[in-house]
Amino acid sequence: MTRKKKFLLYALLIVSSFVMFFPILYAFSISFMQGGEVLRGKIIPSGLSFTNYEAAMQKVPLLRYLFNSFVVSTLIMAGQVVFSCLAAFAFTFIPFKGRNLLFLIFISTMMIPWEATMVPNFQTIRALGWTDTYAGLSVPFFAMAFGTFLLRQQFKTIPLEMYEATQVAGVSRFQFLWKVVLPVSKTTLVTLAIYCFLNAWNMYLWPLLVTNDERMRTVQIGLKQMQSQEVSTEWGVVMAGAVLVILPTLILLFAGQKRLQEGLTRGAIK
Amino acid sequence: MIAVKDRLRAEPKSRWRFPVTLEGMLYLLPSIVLFAVFLFYPMFKTIYLSLFLTDAQGNAQIFVGLEHYSQLLSSPSFRASLKATVLFVLYTVPAGVILALGLALLANQKLKGIGFFRTLFSSTMGMSVAASSVIWLFIYNPAIGIANTIMTTLGLQEMQWLLNPDTALISVAIPTIWMNTGFSFLILLGGLHNIDASLYESGKIAGVSDFYSLRKITLPLLSPTLLFIVTVSLINSFQTFGQIDILTKGGPMESTNVIVYSIFKDAFVNFNIGSASAQAVLLFAFILIVTILQFKWSEKKVHYQ
Repeated sequence: MTRKKKFLLYALLIVSSFVMFFPILYAFSISFMQGGEVLRGKIIPSGLSFTNYEAAMQKVPLLRYLFNSFVVSTLIMAGQVVFSCLAAFAFTFIPFKGRNLLFLIFISTMMIPWEATMVPNFQTIRALGWTDTYAGLSVPFFAMAFGTFLLRQQFKTIPLEMYEATQVAGVSRFQFLWKVVLPVSKTTLVTLAIYCFLNAWNMYLWPLLVTNDERMRTVQIGLKQMQSQEVSTEWGVVMAGAVLVILPTLILLFAGQKRLQEGLTRGAIK
Repeated sequence: MIAVKDRLRAEPKSRWRFPVTLEGMLYLLPSIVLFAVFLFYPMFKTIYLSLFLTDAQGNAQIFVGLEHYSQLLSSPSFRASLKATVLFVLYTVPAGVILALGLALLANQKLKGIGFFRTLFSSTMGMSVAASSVIWLFIYNPAIGIANTIMTTLGLQEMQWLLNPDTALISVAIPTIWMNTGFSFLILLGGLHNIDASLYESGKIAGVSDFYSLRKITLPLLSPTLLFIVTVSLINSFQTFGQIDILTKGGPMESTNVIVYSIFKDAFVNFNIGSASAQAVLLFAFILIVTILQFKWSEKKVHYQ
């Protein structure tokens, strides 16, 4: 690579990453500003003051929201990973009748937009008495066609001879899943888990529908609430809230970025 | 009794095992039950409700046949909503995919410190729709946001962004593209990694230009990944809700009232559940058609290794 080309590439990289990351930096920056600085349209705060964060914590039960989101996202993640594993295993290693048709039905569920079913789902949750509960927030999302698909792609890379050998040895299928398939598929499982967690953490419409109780709100809804109450006056406080909401997922993403990229593409294209 | 015991010892493999179909079903049962309860049943229920007038709780009252559909298709408000949805898809999908592809190509170079840039490019994947929208709401603030600061610095006129019906939809589209880039970027970068490096080597030996190898090697081999990203972006775009709810609430003058927001408003604000269901069925139909078209097209154009 010539030096000129290298220089050009670095310049492009720096400019584009600055543009992409700027809104996030901006949010951080505003979150440290005092009211007057915000209103004067400044970009860089004069000092690092955490008063906005304290105010954000006091105005709304932000810790409670974070806790709720954490519980709901973990439940959804666990449900999706376990259910996808079981289904993908059946589709790969159990040769029962009608398997292909059933797999097709599974895949076709990806075409049903979740929003098209939200009214009856809302009625179901209400009939079950699940509004304002963790169950109502998480259970409807436990089954996941994409996860099943992704894991099936991974499981298919395990040689069938391995499976046949364990069958001859009289090992049960479930033991084969537990002792062989899962350990071999660790990377894909972690990828799927991170992906599920991020998506669940960022859910917006469903928590908006099924939570009325302040104490059951997730961070996303809490943030919206905070913004609509505070809007014209205290942007610094709202931004502090936004920063607290994005920090956990940003950290998770930065830690798992490489793995996520490798694991997700495996499912996307093969 | 003794006879049975003997037989067992002679053929240990013939001990009773689960019938294979039953076992398969057992593994699938959790997913099947959930899909049945929270996807198939409500989908049919939505179709059913779209044919009825309902009470505020959403119980079917009077059968009206296709009345809701014909009302929707002749209603200027719903037509505006369709137009907003289609425009929104056109604004976000091509631009988003091209941006992500550009970034992925850039980040696929073997340079020192490239990991850092990759992390920054993928960062928006960790941004929730609520947090992103709140941040962009401030960016667009006509008095103190940075959008207008940039406009005046460039010597351009200040704009009303989200408050002007002519610019509101584009102003929502920009943060949407930004939010989706992280995910598309990661997937496309992974796709680029999977392309055999020796292909480029032989290209280099043959002395072809970078642009030529992009057109003749990279893009064809990346086409399955690109197709995946286009499909996912399209479906996501049709389902846009959160940013509309926070940034514009469907306004001004319904210019950003995209279909999912319209469904939400009819169902949970106006309690017109029959009409909301009819819109939901139409949304389902759109997505179905788009997906089928994509697969038809992909059979012809996509190159699988």
